[in-house]
Amino acid sequence: MQDHDDNQKDAVRGRRQFLQCMAWAGAGTLWLMKGGVLQARALDGLAGDEAADASFSFVQISDSHIGFHKEPNPDVVATLRAALAKINAQPDKPDFLLHTGDLTHLSKPEEFDTLSGVMQEAKAAHTFYVPGEHDVIGDNGAEFFRRFGQRQSSGGWYSFDHRGVHFVGLVNVLNLKAGGFGSLGADQLAWLKKDLASRSAETPVVVFAHMPLWQLYPQWGWGTDDSAEAMSYLRRFGSVSVLNGHIHQIQQKVEGNITFYTARSTAYPQPAPGKADAPGPLKDIAPGSLQTYLGVREVRHVRGKQALAVTEEVLA
Amino acid sequence: MSGWRAWLRALALGVAALGAGPAAAGKAPAAKVEIKHFAFAPEVLTVTAGTRVVWTNRDDEPHIVVSAGNRFASSKAMDTDETYATVFDRPGTYAYFCSIHPHMVGTVIVR
Ligand SMILES: [Cu+2]
Repeated sequence: MQDHDDNQKDAVRGRRQFLQCMAWAGAGTLWLMKGGVLQARALDGLAGDEAADASFSFVQISDSHIGFHKEPNPDVVATLRAALAKINAQPDKPDFLLHTGDLTHLSKPEEFDTLSGVMQEAKAAHTFYVPGEHDVIGDNGAEFFRRFGQRQSSGGWYSFDHRGVHFVGLVNVLNLKAGGFGSLGADQLAWLKKDLASRSAETPVVVFAHMPLWQLYPQWGWGTDDSAEAMSYLRRFGSVSVLNGHIHQIQQKVEGNITFYTARSTAYPQPAPGKADAPGPLKDIAPGSLQTYLGVREVRHVRGKQALAVTEEVLA
Repeated sequence: MSGWRAWLRALALGVAALGAGPAAAGKAPAAKVEIKHFAFAPEVLTVTAGTRVVWTNRDDEPHIVVSAGNRFASSKAMDTDETYATVFDRPGTYAYFCSIHPHMVGTVIVR
């Protein structure tokens, strides 16, 4: 590790001192931007004063899987509605929503129709979407991009600035190769490099995409082939938050100034890495307890000796 | 067998697989691949030329059979217990994967 990098990291650690990031309901995650550092709060447990000193907030929802109709959740429309109702009930309105993919289960037009209809219930002015692999079946995402795309690039990826924060929506579910994982591809990486090149290192950056942008659990395909290249462009920034979906549970990792988060699904949980024979809907849960699986969990980052230590605490 | 006849035959067998089941599949020998726990079983299937290969999805997640290099027709998204069948007429090694779970890979060897 170079000295320069260490100095930079120490400076950021100093600014953060004690970063408490917290967690989230299955309903959605409320993201608060405070002093350029993103913090997560459960929609349920938000104290008024916590929201007051945030510069702005947004909400991430993920993996609504409209069209899924089996155990443990035969009514994924109802749970998405419940998530939106919770978001709408926030006293401080989020500026916008992010949906990090798998809007639908099988990319069917009627599933997209249902999703669009339900999302009308969100009071937030706008929702930004990126596709999941379930949204691009059969047509390489043509229908998804026609309905939900930002039309900034032919590949569907995009960026925007909001109150001093740079947001980047990436697509890592297309042109997947046999034996591989999620993929960004050379064209998207070249675009990303250029998109970030002119930004100052002080600009907080939020990157969102469906599949985890780190090798979270390769045995189950939970990763992205060329994410390391993307991260090499992001490393110079003081505050980078990477938001993903796909695995239907909270996982978190800190790597220098880059913090990776995966969100819960609004539809159903999946097993923790290696805790089942395979990924897929976690069915082995007691009847009526789905909501507890979509419950609240606290994740606290404390400053360690050489690196940020992450401790997790489940709030029963 | 000409490509046209092979296509007709694959179509007929595909219809049979959806409808009346294996008994209606005629003379073509059939071989099965089960998709379970996000894996193809057997991962390597060896058959004689002219064999109809039938994939059945036993997972709660959809899967899609896609030929690496586009050497045979891809399936649609297969939901739970849905099947996909295609006939392999020409000897060769056919690698395939699931396009939405690309770490799932399999091979059909046709002799
Ligand atoms: Cu699959």
